[in-house]
Amino acid sequence: MINLHHYLVVASLMFTIGLAGLVIRKNLLVIFMCVEILLNSVNLVFVALARDFGLMEGHVVVFFVMAVAAAEAGIGLAIVITLFRKRQTIQTSDWNLLKG
Amino acid sequence: MLLVILLNNPVASALSLVMALFSLSGLYILLEAPFVAVLQVLVYAGAVMVLFVFVIMLLKLRPEDLQQDRVTIGKAGVVLLGVPFVGFLIHKFLSVPVESSFKPVAANFGSPKEVGTLMFTKYLIPFEVVSILLLVAIIGVIVLAYRSPTDRD
Amino acid sequence: MVIMILKILVPFLIIFQVIPLLIWVERKGSAFIQDRHGPNRAAIMGLRLGGLLHSLADVIKLMSKEDIIPHNVNKPFFIMAPWITLSIACVTFAVIPFAQPLTINGELFSIQAANINVGILYILAMASLGVFGIMLAGWSSNNKYALLGGVRSSAQMLSYEISMGLALMSVLLVSGSLELNDIASLQTAMPWNWNVVKQPLAFLLFTAAAFAETNRNPFDLPEGESEIVAGYHTEYSSMKFAMFFMAEYAHIIIASALISVLFFGGWQVPFLSTDILRSHADIGLFFVILAHGVGLLVLGMFLLSKYQKNKYGDKRDYEVLVLGVPFIVIGIVLCGIAFGFGAQPLGDLGQQIFAAFIQFGVFLGKILFFCWFFIWVRWTLPRFRYDQLMHLGWKVMLPLSLINITVTAIVILMVS
Repeated sequence: MINLHHYLVVASLMFTIGLAGLVIRKNLLVIFMCVEILLNSVNLVFVALARDFGLMEGHVVVFFVMAVAAAEAGIGLAIVITLFRKRQTIQTSDWNLLKG
Repeated sequence: MLLVILLNNPVASALSLVMALFSLSGLYILLEAPFVAVLQVLVYAGAVMVLFVFVIMLLKLRPEDLQQDRVTIGKAGVVLLGVPFVGFLIHKFLSVPVESSFKPVAANFGSPKEVGTLMFTKYLIPFEVVSILLLVAIIGVIVLAYRSPTDRD
Repeated sequence: MVIMILKILVPFLIIFQVIPLLIWVERKGSAFIQDRHGPNRAAIMGLRLGGLLHSLADVIKLMSKEDIIPHNVNKPFFIMAPWITLSIACVTFAVIPFAQPLTINGELFSIQAANINVGILYILAMASLGVFGIMLAGWSSNNKYALLGGVRSSAQMLSYEISMGLALMSVLLVSGSLELNDIASLQTAMPWNWNVVKQPLAFLLFTAAAFAETNRNPFDLPEGESEIVAGYHTEYSSMKFAMFFMAEYAHIIIASALISVLFFGGWQVPFLSTDILRSHADIGLFFVILAHGVGLLVLGMFLLSKYQKNKYGDKRDYEVLVLGVPFIVIGIVLCGIAFGFGAQPLGDLGQQIFAAFIQFGVFLGKILFFCWFFIWVRWTLPRFRYDQLMHLGWKVMLPLSLINITVTAIVILMVS
């Protein structure tokens, strides 16, 4: 039967994929999308646990996480646009002013 | 999900993410959470990803940037370091004892009425705080991205 | 299992059968508004049937055209965009209820493809996904005008989605449930109980937002001919263009269905509630068959009276006969059935099925009426300019819908 373990395994796989993408990609927008993957994997864990315990708290937390993620995506994209206007590039390897 | 980090073209990555979010919504429906599922499609796949795709389309990406971002063998080596990480997570998760299948839940589980009842009684303050947060985010975006008509480079 | 497949197929089939009808209505209707004849030349074996065959001719033409894919486009996205738009348009139709749920052996049997308890939100979610198809189409064609049309169209759709959602919310406050079936049942059969009377401002806002969502005049800028070549579907030919075309008409059908369910009582027959329909099913069936028979008889005789030999000199003379004679024959048969069987008492299941059929028919009538309304407005009003469109969406409709929700909430609080 499908039980809680399956959902937790899927969520951890998703989390690792997001984390790996965050580390290896240099395009700022793809890095942003990997952050969204991380948040979604956490959402999945919350909903699965809510189902397991029979409590609705999980759904409420997911609601809040979604709202916060939407706000953060908006601001992040505004930052990306501002960065692009400065230097016409969104590769993280080009922003190295603080490098020794 | 793997396609999101592997594809070169960012628009293709964004579309794969939309497909992933859509399938996640299907998983939520299987988990007796129809409200969250529809909300996910509405908010995440419908609004946030549209914003992403908009921004990707409007930023003119030069081909050499895309070339530089390829997933090479060196990067694959870095990713292999993630395998023990996920193995550790899965091991920890699987060691928690659970029943073989989910317990049946009430008929009203996951309906918007339940979520609303909880949100407006027990979690009222976080709700208000999140709305103020969204307001601050909107104002922040306008401040950051605003370019007055006389301010062209 | 078979019922499930039927439930999935029927809305799908309705969309695909009403779309050619809508194309014909649009062309003849616009001709009627503009005081001209409209297309009346396509013919099969010399029979013209008043321009109905043009839809068939369109299908054949679009399927046999060369499928041009320009050189520098992004092929996967170019091919995928019309599929996304069409499939989302078809999927949205799944939650629209067609009749009062039947009670078979004590089990509720709803006449919609999916009975999820977040009905309206599902439709809003699918509307949000519809933006993707258009954006992809605009971006992947390697064409300035397509990109401009695509970006404008997505911005317009996003802005008006908000007003649509807020107008929906005031309907929600009145009905107290997200399910479309409940919203339709709570508006009882009396027309003064329908939501258009309780929430007139929400009706106007929702209709205007629905026009904007379907990219239909007067919000026609992203795809207006003579403004921007053809907007986001400039580079599409044959079958893909046909898919965009069908998706637009499917969106019109969905928007009409939504307006009629939310504001005009959906499947409610005016002045005849479901109980009355069910309890008088036997007389009702007799009357319906009799009315159809008499109607067809009258229509057939009218058509026959128009038959004049040698009016045109070729096969067009026989056109009125092709429809007239079968109508008379079927009319006589139906009258015979009606008088022969009389008013037979139907069982419980029969009563419910009869009521469901009548409500289904009334619902289809309402959908067609609103589709005609869409077409009527298109050929009457001029087009909005882009900044006027944005101004209307954000500075006029959004505050109005917020005020509407506030006033509705205050009134509900004061009443209860």
